[in-house]
Amino acid sequence: MSRPPSSLIRGIGAHIALAGYTAIALFPVAVIVINAFKSRAAIFSEPLMPPTAKSFSLIGFETISSRGDFLSYFVNSATVTGVSLALILLFGAMAAFALSEYRFRGNALIALYVALGIMIPIRLGTVAILQMMVNGGLVNNLLALILVYTAQGLPLSVFILTEFMRQISADLKDAGRIDGLSEYKIFFTLVLPLVRPAIATVAVFTMIPIWNDLWFPLILAPAEQTKTITLGAQVFIGQFVTDWNAVLAALTLAIVPVLILYLLFSRQLVRGLTAGAVK
Amino acid sequence: MTAPEFALKIEGLNKTFGDFHALDNINLEIKPGEFVVFVGPSGCGKSTLLRIIAGLEHASNGDITIAGRRANDVEPSKRDIAMVFQSYALYPHLDVRGNLSLGLKQAKKPRPFIEAQVLKAAKMLALEELLHRRPSELSGGQRQRVAIGRALVREPQLFLLDEPLSNLDAALRANTRLEIARLHRQTGKTMIYVTHDQIEAMTLADKIVVMNKGRIEQIGSPMELYRRPLNTFVASFIGSPQMNLVPGSKIGLKDVSLVGIRPEHLTISADDGPIQGAVSHVEHLGADANVYVDVADIGLIVARVAGDVEARPGETIRFDMRPDLVHYFDEQARRIN
Ligand SMILES: Nc1ncnc2c1ncn2[C@@H]1O[C@H](COP(=O)(O)OP(=O)(O)OP(=O)(O)O)[C@@H](O)[C@H]1O
Ligand SMILES: [Mg+2]
Repeated sequence: MSRPPSSLIRGIGAHIALAGYTAIALFPVAVIVINAFKSRAAIFSEPLMPPTAKSFSLIGFETISSRGDFLSYFVNSATVTGVSLALILLFGAMAAFALSEYRFRGNALIALYVALGIMIPIRLGTVAILQMMVNGGLVNNLLALILVYTAQGLPLSVFILTEFMRQISADLKDAGRIDGLSEYKIFFTLVLPLVRPAIATVAVFTMIPIWNDLWFPLILAPAEQTKTITLGAQVFIGQFVTDWNAVLAALTLAIVPVLILYLLFSRQLVRGLTAGAVK
Repeated sequence: MTAPEFALKIEGLNKTFGDFHALDNINLEIKPGEFVVFVGPSGCGKSTLLRIIAGLEHASNGDITIAGRRANDVEPSKRDIAMVFQSYALYPHLDVRGNLSLGLKQAKKPRPFIEAQVLKAAKMLALEELLHRRPSELSGGQRQRVAIGRALVREPQLFLLDEPLSNLDAALRANTRLEIARLHRQTGKTMIYVTHDQIEAMTLADKIVVMNKGRIEQIGSPMELYRRPLNTFVASFIGSPQMNLVPGSKIGLKDVSLVGIRPEHLTISADDGPIQGAVSHVEHLGADANVYVDVADIGLIVARVAGDVEARPGETIRFDMRPDLVHYFDEQARRIN
């Protein structure tokens, strides 16, 4: 198919703009990753050069594996992020289904109340949260982080999923009801698969802040056995000396799981399953 | 157990959405095996009534009895009904076989029975080749047949169809209309069919329910509605082109508020017909022609004339009408003759 030249030019222009944006977005990540594999001297002398045979060094990774229990930090981060994400998606989708599907008194009010959570940062409540966790005996317990992150992620998840679920054909759900599907089955087998792209979007947007968060791990779970990887990496940043090799190596490792999850979800983002559902 | 007298009986049914009165005192009786069509303009409450019958919506008050059993509080799946939706509403994650069998699986019917039912329905609707396809891999007409098949396999007492043909093109629509009529004959089941197309209503129905603004205007067989419409709404809704409604005073009938004359009951008169005007437009349909005539004081009048007409726009033309085929209405638009 041939396209008129003007749209060809526009296409090239768009690609240049996108390529530029990609380069800007990837630059810091690339700097972290290439410097993680270099000796300390090389990091400072030529920060933008990829590692050469001479400057290549795994010293950062060696430091990590020798000092601190990095594997356990990793497991902690993965547990907190994974469990929080699962709870956010499950409860968010369920609340969204109720808000979009059923007419009941206070429906709009609840939706508004939930949406308010998007605008008010949860960190404002840190003191109260800390008191609550102390009273509940949950300090230095991963459960504390999971609860906080679930609360933090739910508003956006409910908000986005409610909008998406409103789009799903009412006839489809009614056909399910006539065929004798329970409301749970309608939710899990008819509605959830159709909002999969939206769920993937929410997952990506909520996962990254949780994985990267330093604030709540520092306040609620700073103990050695509950440290997350972002908190763990801080041991290498000292007031006077910073072990850059170790910091960059830790950050490089921290990127890997997020990247994997992102790739998993983004496949879903693109794949629309709705085609042919109705009409 | 003797068969109940009515497949469906609705008494004193009302439905309000907030302040809006969507259905107003609906009373309706449908005999087993009848093909009933709800017609009416958009927004008159046809779908709402159908959804209340299906149990997908609660009535504000009133009683629904399905096959002799009070059904107000019965779940949709237990009402012994099946519904075909305008948007087909096929399950996107299941293939045709899965779509057809889901209802029976939910009802915990034995496997061999399900298999037999699915094959029977697939055969009736020529879907055998498509059993492994997903809805997204089907054409519009095929999807429609799957939607009808999904209703068939359950062998319900009552079929509910909400504008099942409105997404099909004209040729397919005519075919599927015949198909539905054939299915009704073969199964002998009671069917309720919603449409706003009066041709579908006239061709399919044993009984037509004409609705307007949440009220039932008239119930009757197609020919009853055609011959004796109870009010001007029914009179102009049934029949194509629409019935001409002329103020009685304009044609010398002092006691009649409105006179209704069907276009096909006007005949061209050689000399002294009572209606006279200038031809404004002629639609040639082949077997007959619609002649639009501008009559002084009255406005545009349509006549449906058999064969071809010579009349040219601008020419003066006169019409006769048969007095026995004319409808008289009073000030409240109710029939008086
Ligand atoms: N859930 C609802 N809340 C408020 N009003 C509603 C609701 N459902 C339907 N209505 C109103 O009730 C009236 C009847 O709707 P209904 O869908 O039954 O019309 P219809 O006769 O099927 O029209 P159409 O031919 O366009 O399908 C409409 O005016 C509609 O706006
Ligand atoms: Mg409708």
